[in-house]
Amino acid sequence: MKGMTLIVKKTAQLISGLIFLYGIYVIIHGHLTPGGGFAGGVILAGAFILQILASGSDFMKLTKEELGSTMYENLAILIAVFLSLSGLLFGAKVFFINWLPKGTPGELVSAGVMPLYNIFIGIEVAASILTIFLALVIFKEEISE
Amino acid sequence: MEIAVSIIAGLMILGALYAIHAKDLLSAVIACGIVGYGLVICFLLLQAPDLAIVQIVVETISLIIMVAVVLDSSREEHYSKPDAQGYVSAVTAIILIVVLFYFFKVASDSLDAFGTGTLRMAEHYIEGAAAKTGSANLVTGVLFDFRGYDTLGEATVLVTAVLGVLTILRIKGKK
Repeated sequence: MKGMTLIVKKTAQLISGLIFLYGIYVIIHGHLTPGGGFAGGVILAGAFILQILASGSDFMKLTKEELGSTMYENLAILIAVFLSLSGLLFGAKVFFINWLPKGTPGELVSAGVMPLYNIFIGIEVAASILTIFLALVIFKEEISE
Repeated sequence: MEIAVSIIAGLMILGALYAIHAKDLLSAVIACGIVGYGLVICFLLLQAPDLAIVQIVVETISLIIMVAVVLDSSREEHYSKPDAQGYVSAVTAIILIVVLFYFFKVASDSLDAFGTGTLRMAEHYIEGAAAKTGSANLVTGVLFDFRGYDTLGEATVLVTAVLGVLTILRIKGKK
């Protein structure tokens, strides 16, 4: 995939950082405001996809990047499963129980394990969508070679 | 509000119909976008901002991927004259639509009016959900506490889908 003109590249470089920060905001405030792991994860993936579309596929050594994204995806879902299993170890010994102290509703650190689930589901969704996009880009280039 | 939702739903149906009949595949993909973004406005009007955020982001990214695919293909839809089997399928589809619509009408007459009345299960969720889950956002509370198994299943489905995509698309691994 070829990159676009200089104007598009510079604009994408300026904007994608802001999009990335917004995705992190949506994930971390998932238990307070609308949004959460799924929405924020797709926004994070969108920041990377914007960069790749603007700068072309030789922008960040894509074959290695794809390996990295699959690794993050699998690790994140593994940690989410372990988090749900950790309810068996602590508290009331029930699968998927919210065993951390809940705190006051409306504060940033509250709701027990829920923010942790949000963060790891967010990483997992971002890495999955980025992996699908990169697979479409990389394997198409392998065909055309 | 019902009128606004009906108008947008009509526009979505028109966009879907245009997407079927468009000659150029790029305009068909963009007409598909009308359906997705119309759904976003419907979600916002029906006061579901969580769904609206997810829908607008997923729609944008899937539209980007579909446009990239269409730009690499021939961009033209192959048109073939319908044969006898095509007519049989069309008649079957129309009969099926009429039957389904009739039963849908019968079923929807026995429901509450749109927007009124909550299910017994939903009442249980809404009452004191902030105290039970500690989460100020009720949707996240339902997603990760009451329906935690569902969310874990969804995430696993996404991982499985990525594994499937990588397995199907890999060329080097096959050789």
